[in-house]
Amino acid sequence: MSSTQKTQQVEKPNLAVEIAGLSLKNPIMPASGTFGYGEEYAGYIDLNRLGAIVTKGLSLNPKAGNPTPRIAETVSGMLNAIGLQNVGVQDFARHKMPYLRELNTPIIANFFGNSLEEYGEVAKQLSDIPELAAAELNISCPNVKKGGIVFGTDPKAAEAAVTAVRKHLKMPLIVKLTPNVTDITVIARAVEEAGADAICCINTLTGMSIDVRTRKPRLANRTGGLSGPAIRPVAVRMVHQVVQAVKVPVIGVGGIIRAEDALEFLIAGASAVQVGTANFINPGAMMDIIDGLERFCIDEGIEDINRLVGSLEI
Amino acid sequence: MKNLTTKVLSNQEIAPGYYRMRILAPGYSQQARPGQFIMFRVQLSLPPLLRRPFGVFRTGFLPPECDGMPPLEYVEILYKVVGRGTGIMQELHEGDKVEILGPLGRGFDAGPVGEEKILVGGGIGLVPLYMLASELVKENRVRLLMGGRTRDDIITVTEFERLGVETYVSTEDGSLGEEGLVTQVLVRKLKKFPDSRVFACGPMPMLEAVEGICRDRKTPLQVSLEALMACGVGACLGCVVIGAGHTTEQPKQLCTCKAGPVFKSEQLDWSQFGGKNQKASGGCK
Repeated sequence: MSSTQKTQQVEKPNLAVEIAGLSLKNPIMPASGTFGYGEEYAGYIDLNRLGAIVTKGLSLNPKAGNPTPRIAETVSGMLNAIGLQNVGVQDFARHKMPYLRELNTPIIANFFGNSLEEYGEVAKQLSDIPELAAAELNISCPNVKKGGIVFGTDPKAAEAAVTAVRKHLKMPLIVKLTPNVTDITVIARAVEEAGADAICCINTLTGMSIDVRTRKPRLANRTGGLSGPAIRPVAVRMVHQVVQAVKVPVIGVGGIIRAEDALEFLIAGASAVQVGTANFINPGAMMDIIDGLERFCIDEGIEDINRLVGSLEI
Repeated sequence: MKNLTTKVLSNQEIAPGYYRMRILAPGYSQQARPGQFIMFRVQLSLPPLLRRPFGVFRTGFLPPECDGMPPLEYVEILYKVVGRGTGIMQELHEGDKVEILGPLGRGFDAGPVGEEKILVGGGIGLVPLYMLASELVKENRVRLLMGGRTRDDIITVTEFERLGVETYVSTEDGSLGEEGLVTQVLVRKLKKFPDSRVFACGPMPMLEAVEGICRDRKTPLQVSLEALMACGVGACLGCVVIGAGHTTEQPKQLCTCKAGPVFKSEQLDWSQFGGKNQKASGGCK
């Protein structure tokens, strides 16, 4: 920031941002899988203050998920192998949407599949839910029909998944990328080409932890996804790379606990951010972050938060 | 249920490795029900990253700090030092800042008045039974069967006795009370008082044995479960247990934090445990 901007008096900075045609009150939303279907946190925070709500990942049919133990704390992070337990897209439409549609904040449905057909079918069914603002596609899943290759780790498979979804989806599409690849920009370009309206990065990093006394993995699934502050520098780096590689807006996610963490992602070029593990530690985390962003803008004399996006000085 | 930024009132070792922490908690004596829990966080401390769940031992009031002030309302938790989180907790002193989320979860259902009530507790599993006992003794005959590996695991006997609860102690090494498992005492008591209702909390092998005994005799049973959990509010799905009637097509999983931690035994599919979780308890306490 130049010194002239710092001296400017700002009383009520603009925190509103736009992503893929969605207008958000502010750039803060929960990361899928850390916020249930929204209602779980209704007793703790004002859901209407959020920029958007991102649901638990939905599949064509209800999914039981993995055996326990499903979580393990690690140094400044946690491993999870929940196994995408969810109620299924139909139950979501019937039993979760009635609550969500009453809220005054955009609802983004995260979803996944295990084949191109399944991806397409879920996209079709989501399109029948009129109140949904957007869909977020999780491509960190194995293609069971193609030997279990993870869609998001291969540019062709990723492109195919996005194409299959795009054909049926009648709303903005956000594609969430896995960081478990050699070069995330290759995948980012592939999904942009196939019609993604925005890119969200990063999903969890695959990890493993062992109980040295029992000599067993601490997760029943052996491996799991690492989240929390431990992965933040990796996430910031990947957002920085993806922003330079694509034209569509980017949503940053990975280990955001405080407003300063969210600011790192915005400065790196993310137009909005998702908060995940922090919700588990403090149900009010996102409220604190929104307040913190506003305070930062006032302190720094920034009248519009969009001026921070991509303001990285190199 | 809400998040309180508050402070420690006291934190004392009550038996080797077992601590009792009293935390300032306005509203808790009205809100907290027997069997509920809190998610505890050492404020400003990273790590540990996640909160830890602890059963509510009791709530109460302390005389005010000075005249004219309202009395200090508190919640008490008991914990066994088992890992890094509880290791940090044992170092806390009066006045240290902490955060508690709660009271959370579904507690015990006392059942009909006037019935024989039998509580079965193993080690730290005695914690949620105390508040239950203090309510039950008002209108019921209450017997408590306490079990532990050694005499060091038998905590809070005096507190229970002061409530007017009949206590029966057993230890695996015979260092206190009867030598053997708490379940053998349960079998004897149920023979004598067949129309009892049983409430149990303790290590999973103990709960499985209690469940078997109660199932054979068609004795109503409620168990309080312990589980690894990140959030405590039903969002992370880390603490699920398999409910009775679960199938792959129609999953029936219950969050320990929200549907529990107290379950009626018939709500659960007991085949899921099968000794698998023998070492898992203690992980989150």
